[in-house]
Amino acid sequence: MKKKFFWRILLISLTTLLSVIFFLPSTHSFLSMPGWLKKMIPEKGITLGLDLQGGLHLVFEVEGDKAVDLTLEQTARSLKDLLDKKGFTADVKKDGSNIIVSSSDIKARKVLEDNYPALSLSDSSEGRAVYKIPAQEADRIKENAVEQAAETIRNRIDQFGVAEPTIQRQGTNEIVVQLPGVKDTQRAVDIIGKTALLEFKLLDEEGIAAQLPETILPEEEEKLMQEFAAKIPEGDEILFEKLINEETGKAFKKVYLVKKQTLMTGDSLTEAKVNIDTRLGNEPYVSISFNAVGAKLFEDITAANIKKRLAIILDRNVYSAPVIQEKIAGGNAQISGRFSIDDAKDLAIVLRSGSLPAPLKMLQNVTVGPSLGRDSINAGVKAGIIGSLLVILFMIFYYRFSGLIADVALILNIIMLLGALSIMNATLTLPGIAGIILAIGMAVDSNVLMFERIRDELRLGKTPRAAVDSGYDKAFWTIFDSHITTLITAAVLFQFGTGPIKGFAVTLSMGVAINLYTALIGTKLVFDIINSKGEVKKLSI
Amino acid sequence: MIELIKKPNIDFLGKRYIAFAFSGILSLLGLWAVVGIYTGGANLGIDFAGGSSVQLKFENSILLHDIRKAFEEKGIKDFDLQDLPTENKILIRMKKGEFTMGEFTGKVVTILEEKFPQNKFVIDSTTEIGPKVGGKLRRDALVAIIVATIGILIYVAFRFQFRFGIGATVATFHDVLAVLGVFYIMGKEINLILITALLTIAGYSLTDTVVVFDRIRENLRTKHNEPAVTVMNLSINEVLSRTIITSTTVLLTSIALFFFGGEVLHDFSLAMIMGVVIGTYSSIFVASPIVLLWKGKMTFAKK
Repeated sequence: MKKKFFWRILLISLTTLLSVIFFLPSTHSFLSMPGWLKKMIPEKGITLGLDLQGGLHLVFEVEGDKAVDLTLEQTARSLKDLLDKKGFTADVKKDGSNIIVSSSDIKARKVLEDNYPALSLSDSSEGRAVYKIPAQEADRIKENAVEQAAETIRNRIDQFGVAEPTIQRQGTNEIVVQLPGVKDTQRAVDIIGKTALLEFKLLDEEGIAAQLPETILPEEEEKLMQEFAAKIPEGDEILFEKLINEETGKAFKKVYLVKKQTLMTGDSLTEAKVNIDTRLGNEPYVSISFNAVGAKLFEDITAANIKKRLAIILDRNVYSAPVIQEKIAGGNAQISGRFSIDDAKDLAIVLRSGSLPAPLKMLQNVTVGPSLGRDSINAGVKAGIIGSLLVILFMIFYYRFSGLIADVALILNIIMLLGALSIMNATLTLPGIAGIILAIGMAVDSNVLMFERIRDELRLGKTPRAAVDSGYDKAFWTIFDSHITTLITAAVLFQFGTGPIKGFAVTLSMGVAINLYTALIGTKLVFDIINSKGEVKKLSI
Repeated sequence: MIELIKKPNIDFLGKRYIAFAFSGILSLLGLWAVVGIYTGGANLGIDFAGGSSVQLKFENSILLHDIRKAFEEKGIKDFDLQDLPTENKILIRMKKGEFTMGEFTGKVVTILEEKFPQNKFVIDSTTEIGPKVGGKLRRDALVAIIVATIGILIYVAFRFQFRFGIGATVATFHDVLAVLGVFYIMGKEINLILITALLTIAGYSLTDTVVVFDRIRENLRTKHNEPAVTVMNLSINEVLSRTIITSTTVLLTSIALFFFGGEVLHDFSLAMIMGVVIGTYSSIFVASPIVLLWKGKMTFAKK
């Protein structure tokens, strides 16, 4: 072997070897390999996209405005408490995006502004002041809400148990959740999307409450709300408990008149777990525990409201409304509501991982069943092999020995592309496969361009060595230009494209780059080696 | 050595007016499709239009008619049904607004389980896309295409001449429009998979065109006394066998994909087959004639 080829051969062998090593973990046979070998090569390889593997792709929008709304409500409540404690007679109300404080005492305002510097005074008149949350502060709340929502979703999914989930923020207020291989998709969607705002409120059992029907059918809800809209007291609201008639299987709703004021939320919850109530026909329920502060609050609330009914409300649905028999100390409570065991487990998960700071709105939900994904891969691989075989045979038929060289280059190309994608831990999707097909097509094209040029030169009567050299030189810029234009397209698509288009761009740009390498170094090397062994009389091309 | 065509000498540019007429019709078809997409006349996929779809695989064969009846009895309207009878697969599509997100699949499953208790099924895939996302995907695809076009225009103009940049861009757009138009006429769904196919086609077409231009540039350097038409014809003839061979290999791959690539890649490979044929045609009959339309002398300095 001549020394001038040594480095090029070494380079190509090394890159091929590395590619194989990096690609190995992506194959099935990796699992059956001996442990010592596994330790030596990196574990991560190409990940299959959801369209190939099956799974769930969700995009949620965090409704930040509602988080701001909620903050305003809480602030109004604590302002009122503060003023009450300091002995002012004041009325604090949340009105749209404002907090309105009505108090004849001008000192009340001073107290407010000292304790809540974040609020800005937007309008004031005799005995009345209107406060706003400044835009900057509102933005911060929204930003926090998205961050916290992503964190909460991550918690819930971890507890639900999904291998390699992806939870990412996208844009200003969106969260992308990808769960590969999930089978029970509806359950996963429910667990993620539940706001899980747990509230304890008192029932209002006086006055109008007696006129309300005890139960209604789901479709009667609107009518009921219209009928009673003007009649219910200002501090009250109507909420429902969803129930199912066990004999007929029909859904119905139990009607409750509830005081709007939230006595306590699930904020101070430390534990939620599923228990089975053996007395009532093995019905599962969720038992919850509060931290010290929560326990004290719960004790106070129950002590002050003995013989009244306390509604346990989750996401504006009443789960139960037991009568408080006595003061409950120790910070334990339970939520029962005719759950199935899975429902109870899911509820425990969402309660444990905390409530979402704002409701989520689903923007996108794409599910691919595992069988379709498997079919797609099998079909894709089969088509890929058949297509490649056709091309390989065609090249040998048309270009003879040179065709064989091109085929070897083509196979090296595919190996290196897979290796490169493995190094990047790229995700392979269907559009990604399309990108690979385009890249392979271009790899063949590079060789065709070179061979046609070499043939041209041979026709002009040049010797094989001269024909290879000048044909190669002339083809170089053509190959270069066509690859660069494709690379420009791929780069732009990567930068500006979304999801599937990005996957296409990744494989295409990698493929094109590797192409330049194998065509311009690999194929040329083989020809150079052939020509170096004395003057070849005839080139098989 | 096997040769497809020995020393071809075809007057491609002489037929450029026929080609212009033919291409004009193809492009108009494509523009019509674009109008259709924006006015709502096109069969837009869920990913662009928003809405829901569920694909189910049944154990036994099932009639579309029965499913339609089952849904109508339950008061569900405005849905599309498609089937893949060989695999007992059914695709149910629903335009936006009928259901809140996350509800559709559950409803479909409940109805079908109730109506066809004997015929078990599994969910192949579900897609639910809110209108906002559809709009965003549409916009993103458009921005990507525009920026890519400008990038190519600049590169080709820089490497060749501005008029070549125009030629390459026009030829590429022509191919994309033509395939889009044919898909539109066929009533096929216009979705992200098709967009990916169109991008792939654009990539091929561009490569084809650049290869021809490259040869024209090279020939212009040595034959600057000959008229441009002659040089162009000569160049196209010189690279003809390469054009045909490359197209053949890509066509082989696309045909393999079409027949063996599975349902998801079916439309993709159909578009590819059309695109390769049209792309080959345009690199010969469209790109160079467009360059020729530009008045002025076409010279490249000798190397």
